[in-house]
Amino acid sequence: MSLLQIEGLTHFFGGLKAVSDFNLELSAGEVVGLIGPNGAGKTTVFNLITGVYKPSAGHIRFEGQELVGLQSCQIISMGIARTFQTIRLFRDLTVLDNVRLGHFAQARYGIRDALMRSGKFRDEEKRIRDKGMELLEAFNLARYAHTQAKALPYGEQRRLEIARALSSNPRLLLLDEPAAGMNPREIDELLERIAWLKDEFDLTIFLIEHQMRVVMGICEHITVLDFGETIAVGAPREIQTNPRVLEAYLGKEVS
Amino acid sequence: MGLKSRMTLVLVFLGFVLCILIERSGLLSAYILQISMYVGINIILTLSLNLVNGYMGEFSVGHAGFMAIGAYVSSIITVRVFHNQMGPFVFPLAVIVAGIVTAATSFVVAFPSFRTRGDYLAIVTLAFNMIVKSVLENIDALGGPRGFMGMGRLTNLVNVYAWCLVTIFVVRNLVYSNFGRAVLSIREDEVASNLVSVNTRQMKIMVFLIAAFFAGVAGALFAHVMQFINPRSFAIQKSTDILVMVYLGGIGSIFGSVLGATVYTVLLELLRPLGVWRWVVGPIMLVILMICRPTGIMGLKELTGLIPREERVLGKKEETDVVTASN
Amino acid sequence: MIIILMQQMLNGLQLGSVYALIALGYTMVYGILRLINFAHGDIFMISCYFGFFAAIAFLSNAIPTWLTFIATMMVSMLLTALVAVLIERVAYKPLRLAPRVSAVITALGIGLFLENFTLATLGPTPRGMPALLPNVNYRLGALSLSSVQILIIIISIVLMILLDRVVQKTMTGMAMRAVSYDKATASVMGVPVDRIISTTFAIGSAVAGAGGVLYSLAYPIINPYMGVRIGWWAFIAAVIGGIGNVRGAMLGAYILAFVEVFTPMVLPSSTYRDFVAFTVLLIVLVVRPTGLMGRVTAQKV
Ligand SMILES: Nc1ncnc2c1ncn2[C@@H]1O[C@H](COP(=O)(O)OP(=O)(O)OP(=O)(O)O)[C@@H](O)[C@H]1O
Ligand SMILES: [Mg+2]
Repeated sequence: MSLLQIEGLTHFFGGLKAVSDFNLELSAGEVVGLIGPNGAGKTTVFNLITGVYKPSAGHIRFEGQELVGLQSCQIISMGIARTFQTIRLFRDLTVLDNVRLGHFAQARYGIRDALMRSGKFRDEEKRIRDKGMELLEAFNLARYAHTQAKALPYGEQRRLEIARALSSNPRLLLLDEPAAGMNPREIDELLERIAWLKDEFDLTIFLIEHQMRVVMGICEHITVLDFGETIAVGAPREIQTNPRVLEAYLGKEVS
Repeated sequence: MGLKSRMTLVLVFLGFVLCILIERSGLLSAYILQISMYVGINIILTLSLNLVNGYMGEFSVGHAGFMAIGAYVSSIITVRVFHNQMGPFVFPLAVIVAGIVTAATSFVVAFPSFRTRGDYLAIVTLAFNMIVKSVLENIDALGGPRGFMGMGRLTNLVNVYAWCLVTIFVVRNLVYSNFGRAVLSIREDEVASNLVSVNTRQMKIMVFLIAAFFAGVAGALFAHVMQFINPRSFAIQKSTDILVMVYLGGIGSIFGSVLGATVYTVLLELLRPLGVWRWVVGPIMLVILMICRPTGIMGLKELTGLIPREERVLGKKEETDVVTASN
Repeated sequence: MIIILMQQMLNGLQLGSVYALIALGYTMVYGILRLINFAHGDIFMISCYFGFFAAIAFLSNAIPTWLTFIATMMVSMLLTALVAVLIERVAYKPLRLAPRVSAVITALGIGLFLENFTLATLGPTPRGMPALLPNVNYRLGALSLSSVQILIIIISIVLMILLDRVVQKTMTGMAMRAVSYDKATASVMGVPVDRIISTTFAIGSAVAGAGGVLYSLAYPIINPYMGVRIGWWAFIAAVIGGIGNVRGAMLGAYILAFVEVFTPMVLPSSTYRDFVAFTVLLIVLVVRPTGLMGRVTAQKV
């Protein structure tokens, strides 16, 4: 069975049709790309999946369960996590707090435990803390654990965003232009990391990318959007030579 | 139990003993006793508003509305229901009931906060404050604009001290938990907060409930110091007083709220000899402080002693007495 | 019945005009600085005092009444603008980069200061504004109309139209909108941001100053606390209309004035007035979280 199934997803912003009849099937373990020129509606697709906006029409099912109409936090706790195109860390919180927040839905203690500092509270807090530190270790951020997120260098902030997304234990990870603002060396590093992530955390990855090199390198399937319309679907090689894509996407990039 | 927590217990106990001594011995004048109680009540109010404005990052400007509800409910209980009998036994109960009733009204503000935020939510809280005042003015059974009286002087220093401790205890333990981190994340970025699985609606309801509860408690204590309340005591001016104490002390800091409430209350008393000029000098000092130190006295920092040990930042920062509150 | 209704309509129009003049100051400052200038109500109060003293001074000389009136208006507008710009420069400008609430708290402080400074220096006794203009009552059928009432409505509307033109059509207005949209970019584009902000304060307060004189002609009792209630009401008007929106503020002001005027006709006690006004406000905000004419900005993610 497919992990994520999107059918006829359509969204209007006022009169603007930002996404039109978008369809997608994601199987567990895949890495799938979503590309398209500026304003094509890519981020909007992510926003619709994660419940930021309610779609004008269409269905989104995650492991067979309908997501449309659910609140964002419910969707996230079902096992979907995402990053943002422009960094949206909790800037004044510490790096450790940023990655501890993903545990919100999973923490097994109530307000009474927190107020009374019960044994359950202590155990859970320790678990959350250890998990957080583990994650930071894995992302090479442990030494920043007690630094405010806003004090990190740009590259580290991007890494932290991914780490934070993983803190809620997702099975599906949505990455919105993870390579934005990176130099070629950093991009290589990122590609490695994504491949490693996928195996280490048993993830399915759906990513938006602007830079062809990134998508071509790691994606098994690619969907191409232009003005909200799906203009091509296929393997990277087919996409690269698809005339409509060249015209809509690469053509624009060249000019 | 560690040495540190045992010391805390001893300190708390000594505090109680001191309160009782002061009260019994007549060592301090009635005036100073009264001011001390105001300080305590203001600490409760300030902490409770800090939860909403400082930790959660909303801008509530109608906290006196909650206070009014607590004040009236408790007064009805002690005066109308129990006719001022069994005061010392009834009063603690009345305070708790007042807190609970006030908390229940917080939904009026909590629900709009799902959709409305920032300055517009501020207006919702303002409207709440004005509506409470206006309703009280129109209930003749409660004295209408003339006010409500007949309460015994049931609030004493021990009462106030105990409630201050409860408030500090609750806020501190809440803040340094998963819930507290979630509340802080709402302040930082509400959308992102939702998208890392924080149930922001639930958190908002929780924060408003708790904040309103303590505002109600403070109102109840206030009513039984003053022994006379009227709707005007809970006008927007009262709310702005509380606001000033929060930002004077510093947002997101428990110790800041304690300081802010104390400094503000005591300073205004010290300025009393100035007569009408007191309210000219006071605001000027406030403005100067805001310009020189826009984040208040504590400026987002917390007193180390209030931070749970495992949350303290180790290393060189430990030397200083304060560390970043957002831990 | 119809007559009473019409009469109240007129009263509402008069009151709404004054509210609108004050609400404009709130909305303009908010639009440009995202600052709820809680001192604005007290700036209005100050302007009433300026008007009062100017009127006293001019009346003692033998100049024609209409000239006295115009001079009083001018003096009040000018001095009020001056005070506002001074406040902006001294108290708000240093806080431009500070957390937003620090400026709001400062505004609260300034408001308190203005109130109590006035109280301390001029005392609590209310002053009666002298009648600057002969108040003629016209009768329109059963309807009674005073010349002051007509004057207030006309002057207010003219001022509002003028202001709306300034914001929409002039270079200054364009610069204001640019600064309100994005200060950093505006600055890079060569807009003198500081000067535009001061200009905004000046215009907003001058208009409130005009409102002050007109108000004290209609309700000629001036005291140090008069700014509090009117300030809040004007503020609510600005919010109902969608704060930051000049036309919205005018709309909100008239709505609120009608609520104020008509509530006592339906509900017995005048204290219900506040209750109704704030309930209207609450409902508007729950239904339209950014006010009637405010931009609905879906947050971009
Ligand atoms: N909240 C919103 N309100 C109105 N229009 C919006 C909103 N969000 C996006 N849009 C519009 O919808 C269209 C698609 O936007 P979207 O952000 O999904 O594009 P994108 O493919 O992610 O582009 P980019 O590569 O620039 O990130 C654009 O025209 C955009 O202006
Ligand atoms: Mg995008």
